[in-house]
This record gives sequence, C-alpha cells and structure tokens, in this order.
Amino acid sequence: MAESAVIDFVPVWTLILGAGVFLYVLLDGFDLGVGILFGLIPDAPSRNLAINSVAPVWDGNETWLILGAMGLFAAFPVAFAIIIPAVYFPVAVMLLALIFRGVAFEFRFRDAPHRTFWDYGFAYGSLLATFAQGIVLGAFIQGFRTEGYAFTGSSLDCFTPFSIVTGICLVFGYALLGAGWLVLKTEGALQAWARQHGRRAFLGVCAAVLLVSIWTPVMEPDIARRWFSWPNILLLAPVPIVTLVIAWATWEALGRTTSHWGPFTGAIGLFAMSYLGIAISLWPMIVPHRFTLWQAASAPATQAFLLVGALVLLPIILMYTGWSYWVFRGKVRADIGYH
Amino acid sequence: MTLDPVILSRLQFVWVVAWHILLPAFTVGLASYIAFVEALHLATRRPIYLRVSNFWIRIFSVAFGMGVVSGIVMPFQFGTNWSRFSLATANVLSPLLAYEGLVAFFLESAFLGVLLFGRKLVPPWAHFVAALMVALGTLFSTFWILATNSWMQTPAGYSLVDGRFYPQDWLAIIFNPSFPYRLFHTVVGFYISTGFVVMSVGAWLIRDRRFAEEGRFMLSSTLWLLLVLVPVQMELGDLHGLNTREYQPAKLAAIEARWDTGTRVPLTLFAIPDQEHATNRFAIEVPLLGSLILTHDLNGEVKGLKDWPREDWPPVIVPFFAFRIMVGVGLLMLAIVVAANLMRRGGQLFARRGLLRALEWSAPLGFIAVLAGWTTTEVGRQPWTVYGLLRTADSVSPSLTGWNVLLSLLGYILAYLIIFPAGWVVMSRFVRRGPEAAPTVEPIESGRPQAPVREPPALSSGEGAA
Ligand code: HDD
Ligand code: HEM
Ligand code: HEM
Repeated sequence: MAESAVIDFVPVWTLILGAGVFLYVLLDGFDLGVGILFGLIPDAPSRNLAINSVAPVWDGNETWLILGAMGLFAAFPVAFAIIIPAVYFPVAVMLLALIFRGVAFEFRFRDAPHRTFWDYGFAYGSLLATFAQGIVLGAFIQGFRTEGYAFTGSSLDCFTPFSIVTGICLVFGYALLGAGWLVLKTEGALQAWARQHGRRAFLGVCAAVLLVSIWTPVMEPDIARRWFSWPNILLLAPVPIVTLVIAWATWEALGRTTSHWGPFTGAIGLFAMSYLGIAISLWPMIVPHRFTLWQAASAPATQAFLLVGALVLLPIILMYTGWSYWVFRGKVRADIGYH
Repeated sequence: MTLDPVILSRLQFVWVVAWHILLPAFTVGLASYIAFVEALHLATRRPIYLRVSNFWIRIFSVAFGMGVVSGIVMPFQFGTNWSRFSLATANVLSPLLAYEGLVAFFLESAFLGVLLFGRKLVPPWAHFVAALMVALGTLFSTFWILATNSWMQTPAGYSLVDGRFYPQDWLAIIFNPSFPYRLFHTVVGFYISTGFVVMSVGAWLIRDRRFAEEGRFMLSSTLWLLLVLVPVQMELGDLHGLNTREYQPAKLAAIEARWDTGTRVPLTLFAIPDQEHATNRFAIEVPLLGSLILTHDLNGEVKGLKDWPREDWPPVIVPFFAFRIMVGVGLLMLAIVVAANLMRRGGQLFARRGLLRALEWSAPLGFIAVLAGWTTTEVGRQPWTVYGLLRTADSVSPSLTGWNVLLSLLGYILAYLIIFPAGWVVMSRFVRRGPEAAPTVEPIESGRPQAPVREPPALSSGEGAA
C-alpha cells in the first residue's frame, strides 16, 4: 500500500515499534522477573521489599505492552490480524496471568487473610505470563500458515518444541533482569541473595540462548544463509563477539559486591544483543516467510496521522516516565510503597 | 450441539467489557473527585480534606489496578477474536486506540505512582498536579475510546476499498455524528455513578458516627453536584435519542419496539416484544407521546422495523428492556436527589436515619444505568460491528473454532469471578475502616501474626513460593 506514498513512513514506524517493544521487554521484563524470583525469596520482609521495589512503576511498564499491541495494529495491521489470532492461547494465558499478577500488588497488602493466595498469584502469574510471551516469540520466528491476509492454521500450531524452548529462555532472561534490578534497588542480605540467583538465571540464559542460536539456523535455511554466507559472516561477527564480552562482564558484576548497576546493565546488554540477532535474522519480514514490513503496512495517511502525535508525545512520555523513576530512585525504603 | 465461534466471541467480549466498564465508570469520576478534594486541601490546608482525599486514594488504587488489568485484556480482544474486523478497520480506528495509549494511559500510569506513594516524596503542589494528571488521563481515555466506539456506530470520513476502510478526513472520523452525544452522556453518567457511591459512603459514615464530619462533607458536596448532573443527564439522553433516530433509525425502532412506521405514534411504556410475529404483547401505551418525545413533534414520523429486511434487524427485546431500565433508574435518581436536597432546608439531611439508609442503598444505581445504557447501545447496533457496513458475523477471526473460544471464555469467567469479588471485599474493608488519620499496618503475614521482633532475614535456604 505504501507505493503511492510520497514519503515512506515504514522505516520510522519500524524503528518506533521496535524501540517500543524493546522498552516493554526491558521494563516489564524486570518487574516480571522480580515476580518470578519472588516465589523463591525465603522470608516475608524481603518479599515485601522486592514487591515494593516495583510497585510504583509496574503499571507504567505494562503500558508499553498496550503501546506495542496498538502500535502493531496501527502501523502493520496485516501482521496484527495474522499473528494475534495465531497465538490465541498464549495471548489468553498471558492476559489471565497478568490479571492475577497485577491485582496481587494491591491485594496481598490489602487482603491479608488471603495473602498466601495472592503471593502464589504474583509468582505464578509472572512466570506464566513470561512463558506465554516466550511462546509467542518462538511461534513468531517459525512463521504462520496463512491464506491471503488471514491466519488459517489451528490455534494449537504455536505450541512446538522450539517455542517451548524460547518460552523457557525468556523465563531465565526475565529472571536475570529481575535479579539485576533487585541488586540495584536493595542492600544487604536480599542483595546478596539476588546476586546468587542472578548467577543461576544467567547460566540458564546462556544455555538457552546457545540452544536457540544453533536451532534457528538449522531449522530455517534462510536464516542460516543470512548469517553464514560470505561476507555476512564477517560483517555479523561482532554480534556474537560483543554478546560474549557482555556475558562475561555480567557474570563478573554479579559476583563483585561493589557493583550495583553492573548486573542490571549487563542483562540489558544481553537482551539488546539477542533482540538485534532476531532482527537481523528476520529483516525485512514482519510475518516471517509471508509479508514484509511494507506489505503489511497500514495506509500512509494512517501512519502519518499517528506519527505526528507519536513524535510529539513519545519524548514527553519518556520525560515524565523518567521523572517518576527519579522520584523513586535509590534503594527501596521500607516506608514507601504498600503497607 | 455445535459451538459457534461468533456467538462465543460475542459472549466473551460482553463479559470482559462489561466488567471493565464498571471500573472506568467509577475511576473517571473518582479521579476528578480526588483532584477536587486535593485542590481544596491545597487552598485551605484543612486536615479534613487530607483525610478524605487519602481515604478515597486508597479505594481508588484498588479500583484503578483492576481497571488496568481488565483494560489490558480489551485491545487484545480485537486481535484474537475479531481479526477480520481489525484488518478492515485498522486504517481508521487504530490511531484512535493508539492515541488513547499515548495521551491517556501513559499519563495516568506515570502519575499514579506519585499519587499513591509520593505524598512524602514530593511537595504538596506536585502531589496535586499528579492527582490532576491522573484525572485528565482518565478523561482523555474516555474521549478516545468513545471516539472509537462512536465511529463504529455512525461511521464517517472514510472510503471503502476492497473491504477495507481508508481514512479521508480525520476530524470527521473522530467527531463523527454520534460522538459528542455519546461522550457527554457517558462522562456525565460516570460522574453520576461515582457521585452516588461517594454520597452513599458519606451517609454510612454519618450513621456510623466515628467519622461523621468527613461523612457530612462527602454527602453534602456530592448532593449539590448530583442535583445539577442528574437533570443534565436526562437532557443529554434526550438529545442522544434524537441523534440515534437520525443516524441509527433501526436501533431506535428496536428501543421502542416499533414494527410499523407511523406518525402520531404512542409511547410504549411496557410490552413483551415478539420478534417472530413482529408485534407487541401486553402493551401499555400512552397515545401521541411517542412522537412527541422521539421527534419533539406531535405529528413526527417514527420508523418501524418492517422498513428493513429481517436480516438487518437487531434483537428487539434486549434494547427495549435495557433502555427502560436505564430511564427508570434515571427517574429514580432524580427523585432521590431532589428529595434529599429538600431535606437540607429543615436541617434534617444529616439527622434522618431512614433517609441516610436509603442513600446508602443507592450506591449501585449508576452502574446499573451505565450497563443498561451500553447494552442498549451495543445490542441495538447489531447485526453490525460497523453500522450498516460490516456484519458481526464477518468480523470474527477465521481460524477460531468454537471450543477455542469456549476455553478462553471459561478462563475469563473464572478469573473475573475471583478478581472482582476480591476487589469488592478489599474496597468495602477500606470503607469500613473509615478515613482514619494514618492507615494501620495489617498485622497478619501469610496467615500468621508477624512477630513483634522482626527476625533477621534467613536467606540461606530457598523454599517454594510464599
Ligand atoms: C448514570 C447513568 C445514566 C443515566 C441516569 C441515563 N443514561 Fe442514557 N446511557 C448511559 C448512562 C445513563 C450510558 C451508559 O453512558 C450510555 C451508553 C452509551 C452512551 O453513550 O451512554 C447511555 C445510552 C443512552 C442512549 C443510547 C444511545 C445510542 O447508542 O443510540 C439513549 C437514547 C439514552 N442513553 C437516553 C437516556 C435518557 C432519556 C435518560 C433519562 C433518564 C438516560 N439516558 C439516563
Ligand atoms: C467503547 C468501546 C467499545 C468498543 C470499541 C466495542 C466494540 C464491540 C465489539 C467489537 C463487539 C463484538 C461484536 C458484537 O457482538 O457486536 C461488541 C459487542 C458488545 N459490546 Fe461493545 N464495545 C465497546 C464498549 C462497550 C461497553 C462499554 C459495553 C458495556 C457493557 C459494551 C457492550 C457490548 C455488548 C453488550 C456487546 C454484544 C452485543 C450482542 O452480542 O448482541 N461495549 N462491542
Ligand atoms: C473495547 C473497548 C475498550 C478497550 C480496548 C479498552 C482498553 C483499556 C486498557 C488497555 C486499559 C488499561 C490502561 C492502563 O494501563 O493504564 C483501560 C483502562 C481504562 N479504560 Fe478502557 N477499554 C475499553 C472500554 C472502555 C470504555 C468504554 C471506557 C470509557 C468510556 C474506557 C475507559 C477506560 C479508562 C478511564 C481506563 C483507565 C483505568 C481506569 O480508570 O480504571 N474503557 N482500557
């Protein structure tokens, strides 16, 4: 549809949507990760601290999910109309899990007689939501059965060995982000605990990323060709090398008790590299094997109308989101948050 | 029995949206009320306003959290269950929904943290600004979501190519013919719904005596407001009805259970509409009044459903009764508000326990009217998702089977039946505790009383979830 446009808005929308989804993964990633670890934290005061470290920001973090979904709907509706029904069950499970996890923030403090129930809701809700997102990722990389602009497969197609592995992969990844966040926001025993569990999550992430990085090119010859043909192999070599360096630095920072920012920054770096890797593998497809970004794009008039607002509003949003993080900066205090 | 994915998807949509709407109906009004009380506090520094504000902020935080989680479900419904609708309308509707996210949700969520937890961290004026921004956010949200819904009711500013809508004129799309009416009628409806809740809680606090001063403030301030808003809402509803007659005449015919076109038509107060035989049973009618109310003219013409082919008829019985419930509730509200304000003169308002009790019981009225009103609107729009252009049956995702949707629907039913009663319990516990100066810490931890001496964290061994 973009042929007739004077200006091609697809690249800028790709950037905005790509950045938006990445921000979502980082931001909700760390608070889902805190939720995944939450169930393992042994004592109640530390659990309260952990939950208070994300209480003021989780809602804003989750808003990026809505922006991601609406951004896809707005900029690439063909992809929206194919992908979302294709991952019907993972999406439903994610939403249900997010419901329980979201209300648990309030209810575990307000509904003390059932606190144990809401604590389970928080921990398992975070875990399930993450796993479901990982399934969506795996199914997305593998592609969908389509006819015209419609998904014609079955709602169970998305559950494959590969997508289950990406699901597990994301659980470890978010747990690592969550551990990094806890190292950053807490002190003393809880921080030490977060370092230790961060290392466990890290090992899980390494194993999973390695597995996916080998599996994907074996499964998809196109992707193999992209990475291993000459001269791509040389041009793309920095990606795995930088990833290795970041991985080493993250491991090291998790062990060094003077490093407060290190583990979180390292985890962000690892996510950025994996994200880049997926983008390189799939570019320029938005529905793998079927539709390119341009073929799936909405009408130029639609993209233009929304772009005007997005360019004005996104910087403002980033500013006041930053402000609210700044208000709650520093180590979590026991007297701020839910009581 | 075959499971029809269309019917089940509709049921699922109704289930999730009807629960969701209850929360905006409360939080839109409450956010504004909190901002109003915060402003009073900023101006006068009287501690009572602080107590009232903190009291409602606690309740707000629960309602808002539930509004958010039930809201996140909504946009995904378009993708999962209504993908053909999404593809067809994306070029026109997606920016409206995306703008809702950009201008409203981020504003709300970013300032919400400061509103809930920031009282000690930021200066008072900044806390007031946070309250104001949250209130504005809820209103922006209402603006955009209703623009979306109104376009589906009365589409404008588009062109239709190969079964997909393309935007021609954004102002015409946003300010489509029914939008102003729907926006004002809904926002006022939300304010009224909240007003009745605040009033009812105030009445209870007076009767309970512990916090009578706060209760009197809540009751008195909302009663004045409702005395204005309830009649305004009726006028807005009347205008909305005239608009519906012009742009969705088949819906109006269903609301009135009118089968034959005619002039000088009566007003049907009650009947059992019989869709199959296109007639009303047990009808109670007032001559001429129908034309007068619906067209503001005794000789006005009102269209009957027989003017349309049967496959374009909405189900009559649902909008017919839903509309009568809404109007009935509106009249009841008017009676309550007028009566209570009359009592002010004798100074009996705060003293009559019977009256206070009646006011307490009026809390759910607004929500009943809102649900009834939306049921009228949405069922009256059937069998279309985009009025006259895209059928509901052609909107559903082609890949879905009946049992797919049944399974997810059962999941949503189960989840909401846990979450919403729990939220209700938590909020009513806050009400019962009253606007005390400082919130007390719940002394119970996972069912056990927390030890007076906090044990040092035992962090060596991991155990299962809590
Ligand atoms: C406190 C809530 C409340 C009260 C007291 C009323 N309404 Fe209402 N009404 C709504 C809350 C509402 C609503 C839920 O907000 C609706 C659903 C869609 C909309 O725009 O507003 C609605 C819809 C709605 C419609 C449907 C329009 C359409 O979609 O075609 C009409 C004709 C009226 N109303 C008319 C009235 C009249 C004549 C009332 C006089 C008593 C009245 N309403 C009271
Ligand atoms: C404002 C945003 C809204 C949008 C965009 C919207 C959209 C839709 C869609 C896509 C459907 C499914 C197709 C159908 O069955 O007709 C639907 C149905 C329905 N919606 Fe809405 N809706 C909105 C608000 C609401 C609200 C607030 C209610 C309140 C209760 C509501 C009640 C219903 C009902 C009752 C149906 C089913 C009608 C039937 O099955 O006959 N809607 N709406
Ligand atoms: C199909 C229809 C609807 C969709 C897609 C939808 C979407 C959403 C979403 C995603 C949220 C969460 C926002 C956050 O994270 O802060 C939300 C909350 C909200 N929605 Fe809806 N919604 C629908 C119906 C409605 C209707 C009909 C209204 C009002 C007329 C409304 C008003 C609000 C408001 C005010 C909030 C803020 C949270 C709150 O106050 O509880 N929504 N909605």
